[in-house]
Amino acid sequence: MTTDRDEPVSRSRRAFLAGGGLMVSFALFGSLRVSAGQENTLGATILNPKLPGDLKIEPMLDAWIRIDASGVTVCSGKVELGTGVRTALWQVAADQLALPLERFRFVTADTALTPDEGYTAGSHTMADGGTAIFHAAAQVRAMLVDAAARKLAVPPERLVLENGVIKAPDGRQLTYEDAAAGLDLHRMATETSPPSDPSAYRYIGKSVPRVDILAKVTGGAAYVQDMRPDGMLHARVVRPPNHGATLVSADVDAVSRMPGVVRVVHDGDYLAVVARGEWQAVLAMRALQASARWRQTETFPDNATIHDVLKTLPRLDYVTTRQGVDGEVHQAAPVANAAPAAASTGARVERVEATKQYVLHGSIGPSCALAVWRDGILTVWTHSQGVFPLRAGIAGLLGLPKEQVRCVHVEGSGCYGHNGADDVAADAALLAHRMPGAPIRVQWMRDQEAGWEPLGPAMETSLEVATDADGALTAWRHALWSTPHNERITNPGRLLPAWLVSQSIAPSPPSPIPQPEGDADRNAVPLYRVPDVRVDMHFVTQMPFRTSAMRSLGAHINVVTIEAMMDRLAAAHGKDPVAYRLAQLDDPRAKAVIQRAAEAFGWTANPALPPNRGVGFAFARYKNLMGYCAIALEVEVDPDRRAVRVDRVVTAVDCGQIVNPDGLTNQIEGGIVQSSSWTLYEQVRIGAVGVESVDWQSYPILRFPQVPARIDVHMIDQPGMPFLGAAEIAQGPTAAALVSAVAQATGRRLLRLPLVPHLWP
Amino acid sequence: MRWRRTGYVAGAVLLAGVIVFAAIAWQPAIPPVKSPDIAITPELVSKGRTVVALGDCAVCHSPEGHPAFSGGLGLRTPFGVIYTTNITPDVETGIGAWSLDAFMRAMRHGVSRDGHLLYPAFPYIHYTKVTDDDLRAAYAYLMTQPAVHAPAPRNDLPLPLRFRPALAVWNLLYLRPGAAPALDASPRERGRYLVEGLGHCSSCHTALGIIGGESGRYLGGGDVDGWHAPALDVLAHAPRPWTVEQLSAYLTTGLASEHGASAGPMRPVTDNLGDVPPEDVHAIATYLMTIQTSQPPTAPKAGAVADASQLARGHALFDGVCATCHGDGGPMETQLGRPPLAASSALQGPTPRNAIMMVLQGIPWPSHPKPTAYMPAFADNLTDDQIADLVVYLRSTTSQPPWPDVRDEVRRARKDLSHD
Amino acid sequence: MIELTVNGATHRVDVDPATPLLYVLRNELALNGAKFGCGMGQCGACTVLVDDRPVFSCLYPVSSTAGRRVRTVEGFGTPEKPGPLQQAFIDRQAVQCGYCIAGMIVRAQALLERVAHPTEQQIREHMNPNLCRCGTHMRILDAIRAVAATGELHRAGEKGPAS
Ligand code: FES
Ligand code: FES
Repeated sequence: MTTDRDEPVSRSRRAFLAGGGLMVSFALFGSLRVSAGQENTLGATILNPKLPGDLKIEPMLDAWIRIDASGVTVCSGKVELGTGVRTALWQVAADQLALPLERFRFVTADTALTPDEGYTAGSHTMADGGTAIFHAAAQVRAMLVDAAARKLAVPPERLVLENGVIKAPDGRQLTYEDAAAGLDLHRMATETSPPSDPSAYRYIGKSVPRVDILAKVTGGAAYVQDMRPDGMLHARVVRPPNHGATLVSADVDAVSRMPGVVRVVHDGDYLAVVARGEWQAVLAMRALQASARWRQTETFPDNATIHDVLKTLPRLDYVTTRQGVDGEVHQAAPVANAAPAAASTGARVERVEATKQYVLHGSIGPSCALAVWRDGILTVWTHSQGVFPLRAGIAGLLGLPKEQVRCVHVEGSGCYGHNGADDVAADAALLAHRMPGAPIRVQWMRDQEAGWEPLGPAMETSLEVATDADGALTAWRHALWSTPHNERITNPGRLLPAWLVSQSIAPSPPSPIPQPEGDADRNAVPLYRVPDVRVDMHFVTQMPFRTSAMRSLGAHINVVTIEAMMDRLAAAHGKDPVAYRLAQLDDPRAKAVIQRAAEAFGWTANPALPPNRGVGFAFARYKNLMGYCAIALEVEVDPDRRAVRVDRVVTAVDCGQIVNPDGLTNQIEGGIVQSSSWTLYEQVRIGAVGVESVDWQSYPILRFPQVPARIDVHMIDQPGMPFLGAAEIAQGPTAAALVSAVAQATGRRLLRLPLVPHLWP
Repeated sequence: MRWRRTGYVAGAVLLAGVIVFAAIAWQPAIPPVKSPDIAITPELVSKGRTVVALGDCAVCHSPEGHPAFSGGLGLRTPFGVIYTTNITPDVETGIGAWSLDAFMRAMRHGVSRDGHLLYPAFPYIHYTKVTDDDLRAAYAYLMTQPAVHAPAPRNDLPLPLRFRPALAVWNLLYLRPGAAPALDASPRERGRYLVEGLGHCSSCHTALGIIGGESGRYLGGGDVDGWHAPALDVLAHAPRPWTVEQLSAYLTTGLASEHGASAGPMRPVTDNLGDVPPEDVHAIATYLMTIQTSQPPTAPKAGAVADASQLARGHALFDGVCATCHGDGGPMETQLGRPPLAASSALQGPTPRNAIMMVLQGIPWPSHPKPTAYMPAFADNLTDDQIADLVVYLRSTTSQPPWPDVRDEVRRARKDLSHD
Repeated sequence: MIELTVNGATHRVDVDPATPLLYVLRNELALNGAKFGCGMGQCGACTVLVDDRPVFSCLYPVSSTAGRRVRTVEGFGTPEKPGPLQQAFIDRQAVQCGYCIAGMIVRAQALLERVAHPTEQQIREHMNPNLCRCGTHMRILDAIRAVAATGELHRAGEKGPAS
């Protein structure tokens, strides 16, 4: 791993901090690193495992909150990815600081300014980042009150915080800035924070309007795509037609002479053009592409055979979870294939197998980045999910020390996981590094995004479950085959341009995210009560297509598999699917969302449905750690039009304490619509020339006419409970409920995703 | 929506006098039935599904936004708008009260159950050739579809044409009732049966006479909705001659790797044929390849060679609006296996009409997400002159002689469209 | 030099006449509303109005604007005074990443100017060319419905069905 803290902080960070009068010395953590030093699943290093949220990885309060004469600044290493999380984090800071939203600055993900919270991913933002800010702000608030009490010579408990000032009973008051004068916030956070009163919250729990929307609907500068610094040049890349193809020739000279072209870069298999105008860059890119001759070196499987091929590729086989009858959990013990579930019980055994094809993140805006190499600092503006790992990768790619690279997050189009954002940032960095002084903007074309983003992995699952005569689960055997769900930047070779340049760097070998988060095995462990669980992972390490994180990872297909099993078991034991699930659960919060969704939907055991209609029900707790989500929905199929119409969707969710109800609903609705599209329609077409989905006609997704008629979101608030992420919790249950409803409507329980092309091939 | 071409009754025919034809025009009602009067088996229904798909029934009777088979599509004819009717088993507004006999009479003679004559927009002059077995299967299939209450909208026809008995005259001229089953089981015979009967190919691919009867060379090409339905008897003489394989692929998937994608009124037809057994499509292709003329068609009049400035304008427009998809070495060719634009039938054909229509209308998205050939419509993006420049340029990239009068043809095509 | 009228203001730009309007709007006129999404008329992120018709600006030669009125989302309102659709999108938080949203507002504007009170099906069919990957559709529809209910964008005298 390349994340490390030994490097001195970058100069610009020093400058910023020096200005605030609060110095940070990371040397302090030397000893802590030795004792802790583990990396979390998002690529950040844990320094103090005892602290709440991301205070673990950045324990110093002044890394999060700075107060100087110019005011209060709150910093977060998390980024806005279109989920509204920037607003939610801001709300948390505001309430915990007792400071109105507009009275402080809120800075996100900038390697020069903010804590390194690794990636913004996995629905961790509120849980980790929000929790860190929650505590840091509460602790700083208490320090401010104490400082003010000393200055005003009043006992702290008599002071009142109001509108950004600290008031004494006699009317004297201090601003936060005044109170902070002479106060050293460069302190280690403590494990517990002074309590705050949820009933006094002005923002938390309220649907505060998102801070980013106004610019987005009125044409303000909102995205990295919208940056236009003086002297900016436009670049476009030319990619090989597929992985492994090598460049035979390209007419660099002719393209160099085209109007507006400033530079044509040809380095190994790497081709790019830099031009004054954007349209000129596009024309030059096309000419270069048309002139390029490539040699294809790899052969590729097709959609029909990919699951068989997966089983033949080099892989690691291991048990990710072994939960014995004794309740003991053994993880990652290498073993051969599991014995069938029946072997351990001799009871009734059901078996379910499911497959999923490769899927695209498919951002509406292709990836884009801007970079400039000036005064010894390479600055990259990027919509990456992780500016710190990106900085390390780019530094490694260009042979620069990390402190000479600064990565600043600026929003892009929604990414839903690891898309082309990091790779295009590397493109921009690589080109800017060769052309000092000029800001270089690179934007991928649609076919480049589709053809070169890391795909969501194709997968196969196989589940065997034994039950006793009453339907109680007795043994659970889940096996899965998948390529990695996490090919994030652990070395420069994980950045696509690094493979193409003549001094190429190979990607580091894949390693799966371990349980309890899980990789392909995310949500493979049932939340249902079962004494004997084993999950076998067949982790394919060499693969024909690059794959990486896409929302919900393996949970999408694992929840489909598990819930199809629960439906099947319910039927086998003559039970209603909802009642059956409730009977197999202990967790009261799980039961609560199921009951709420069933009730709101009007779920009945055996509904009288017209032909071609079906209802489905599903439940999951994301990663068994995050938000709870139960979904009931109704579909109508039209065999003549080969169509599935999602009619009505009802969901109940529990994401802990709700920070922004409307934002949460928005996320849940989005997850349901997105997962409907994945589950019903989406598959990357693969074949002789590799990825054959290059646009929206070859990768069709759901459009307005297919959007559900209604989605009702019911939220169960848990004031005072930890924040649980929401952006990915609906994907699995939506898919599972759709599978079930379509099965009822068509009489065919299809577990091959996407459903529509498999229903009517 | 609008449709297509139809048979129509010209005013002249009406004048021929109602009384004289009253006798031949009168048809009795067939008594209603409570439920289908044949034994309906799953096998029959499944066969019926194929028959209905081969008959392209859904193209007219299941328009976008309406429940399947509930009708309501407005067919635009030179005389006015005729709406397709509800053929779901709804008793009141559909065919729920129809016996098999009533259904057969409608298919064979163009007579509704209550005895009124149907407009020949409904291709009974072709369906009449369908065998009893196939009709029976189609009946079984339709009678098992969900019933939908959907009265047909009122046709928008001038008064004389609302007088249906006059259709009897038209029928005298054009209707030759009776099944024309395949003589043997060969693909060729099966193909002939499908082309002439269920597929009713000639209703678009044969030119129509003044009162809307097919009067040109059989399958010698026709006009429909502003598009040219190409002659099907000269496919072997195309610049890249069609083969059974290319034709089958085209009919099944809407895309032939050497000729391009189906578009315009043909698009829904290829969508439908994607649903029928591949042997049937192969049979259609086989048959069509056996009816090719021995002589290549006479070359149409060539136009003047375009001047360089027009070609330059067209080329620049191509770079601006077409090349992302259709440029050399672009993903459309490298990853999607589409033919170069210059090879497409629209650019190789005898007239510029289809190339122009393609630019104006594009290929719309299918009603439900599926891999497809899509092209945006440029009617609002390009002026007539720009389209002419573009089309002239594109034609110059083929080995064919220039088309004459492209600019006027663009104007005419746009005028045809503005009637929509 | 090409002269074009965008949101009521006339501009002269020195570009190749075949340049797609999108690039001129974004780079020459520094308007951010229209976005590059696909450049192929497949996603609608670049939608603008030309003479009241929604077009894909990524496939619209700038030379075609001669004598025509171009309108972009910037012309519908300002941050201080958002237009009716903009306000409805803000009120209903009809944004996730928001990348598709300017195009959505522009396309919806065209419908609501032409049809006072479109049906749900008309709205969905009309919006079909525009894609959203975040799944914000429910809210986008909701925002459009809200403005449709008021009929305030409808231009008197312009009737007709949605295409
Ligand atoms: S960018 Fe123009 S339609 Fe996608
Ligand atoms: S809001 Fe992100 S694409 Fe629509």
